[in-house]
Amino acid sequence: MIKRRTSDLLVPLIGVAVMLALWYLAVKTRVIDPVLLPLPTDTARAAWKGFNGKLGTDFLITLERTALAIALASAIGIPVGLILGASEKLYRSLEFVVDFFRSTPATAIFPLFLLLFGVDDKTKVYVATFAASLAIIFNVAYGVMNARKTRLLAAWLMGARRHQILLVILLESFPQTFIGLRTGVSLALIVVIVAEMFIGSKDGLGNSIFEAQQLFEMPAMYAAIFASGALGYGLNLLFRLIEKRVVHWAGK
Amino acid sequence: MALAITAVREAPAAAERPHITIRGLSKRFDEMVVYDKFDLDIPRGKIISVFGPNGCGKSTLINLMAGLIPKDGGEILFDGMRVEDVKIGYVFQNYREALFPWLRAHENIEYPLKFMRLPKPERRRRVEALVARLGVRLDLNRYPYEMSGGQQQLVSIMRALVIEPEVLFLDEPFSALDYEMTLFMREQLQRVFMDTGTTTIIVSHDLEEAVYVADEILLLTRAPTRVADFVTFGAPRPRTDATLSEPDFVRVKSHSLAVFQREVRR
Repeated sequence: MIKRRTSDLLVPLIGVAVMLALWYLAVKTRVIDPVLLPLPTDTARAAWKGFNGKLGTDFLITLERTALAIALASAIGIPVGLILGASEKLYRSLEFVVDFFRSTPATAIFPLFLLLFGVDDKTKVYVATFAASLAIIFNVAYGVMNARKTRLLAAWLMGARRHQILLVILLESFPQTFIGLRTGVSLALIVVIVAEMFIGSKDGLGNSIFEAQQLFEMPAMYAAIFASGALGYGLNLLFRLIEKRVVHWAGK
Repeated sequence: MALAITAVREAPAAAERPHITIRGLSKRFDEMVVYDKFDLDIPRGKIISVFGPNGCGKSTLINLMAGLIPKDGGEILFDGMRVEDVKIGYVFQNYREALFPWLRAHENIEYPLKFMRLPKPERRRRVEALVARLGVRLDLNRYPYEMSGGQQQLVSIMRALVIEPEVLFLDEPFSALDYEMTLFMREQLQRVFMDTGTTTIIVSHDLEEAVYVADEILLLTRAPTRVADFVTFGAPRPRTDATLSEPDFVRVKSHSLAVFQREVRR
């Protein structure tokens, strides 16, 4: 492997610096109205203030909802995906249904979930769970079905029993399962934030963004948007790190 | 008493008795008859290469023997026993898909020992003993994907050998390797064989390789498959590059080629 030098690690920061410089210039030269786009420094100040106050709490609440949704979605999606993937016939018979609802924007199902579960905190988590679990089911099932036949034959030839062969299938499906989990996390976060914007919400990052917009507190709004970005990026990074550790063989 | 003595006298010595007997073997894929009432005796303690035209069922034959695919009829017996009751080793052509990428190389080799209910230290010991015997210089703490193709296939072969099988099957084991690695692996296979004397059946698509590694070359016809010829190549081991230019090798190879050409054009 090629060793990366410290200077190489700094390369991605160039893009950040350029973006901030352009932003600063655009506002200073009044290409963009400062009322719509505050200076980076003002935004940073708002973010700092917010994180020691309500924005910090909202961040944690959104994180909690997303984490809860992904935990529920894994608890549902992984076993269901394993069962579907294990039986080609069962999968083929349900493929269209899973694929259809996976392709349906989860936000389109909000009103239905509101009727079912009420204007409640839980409802946001349930809609996110719905969206994420379908992505997980699909990927786990796919991973199981694509388990290398040679590997299963090899295990069987060496005397592996049924449950040991099932373990091989499970491990074979892991790389694809993680792809499903990462997709699920992204989806869950989107759904949670959108849900926080609308359904009688009092907290969360979505609510924070929406409220700042309503009150025309632009620095606070940008701060909340960046907080959402940071949350999404952080979750993705976390799952990538876990993935790299758990399924170190993926793609090799 | 007299009867018993006669029986003993008439039974050939174990070494001369065929190791594997195939009687009336039948196998078809859909409408295609690959084997129909096929008979074959495979001697003990030899390397047998299987060679023949494309689609003649070379791999099918060892897969049937190893019990990887079901047969439609007939029987295959190892010293009178069915394959389920015999320890066999099998090396796949596609080592990438045969090894477990989540296990380190030594864990891959230990894998079949788990099913023999051996305690972990004993498994370790057996792998170490095998490594020492083969003189393999490999870092077995690495994962398969960190190794070259040849090293991975060597790990596959060690995994097949660690249970001390009675028969070792290899399905075109070197065909995915480059020429340099192939030469090296032939030497490794020869070393293993000289050390263990395990009955070894290797499917090959390379006639030079088939003759070079073998004591007996099984030449097959097109499907429905028959034995075209079963040729002996008795050059002493260890064989070297010099073997390839010896008159006996050239003779056996050209004879095998002639049989092969006859069968291809049939």
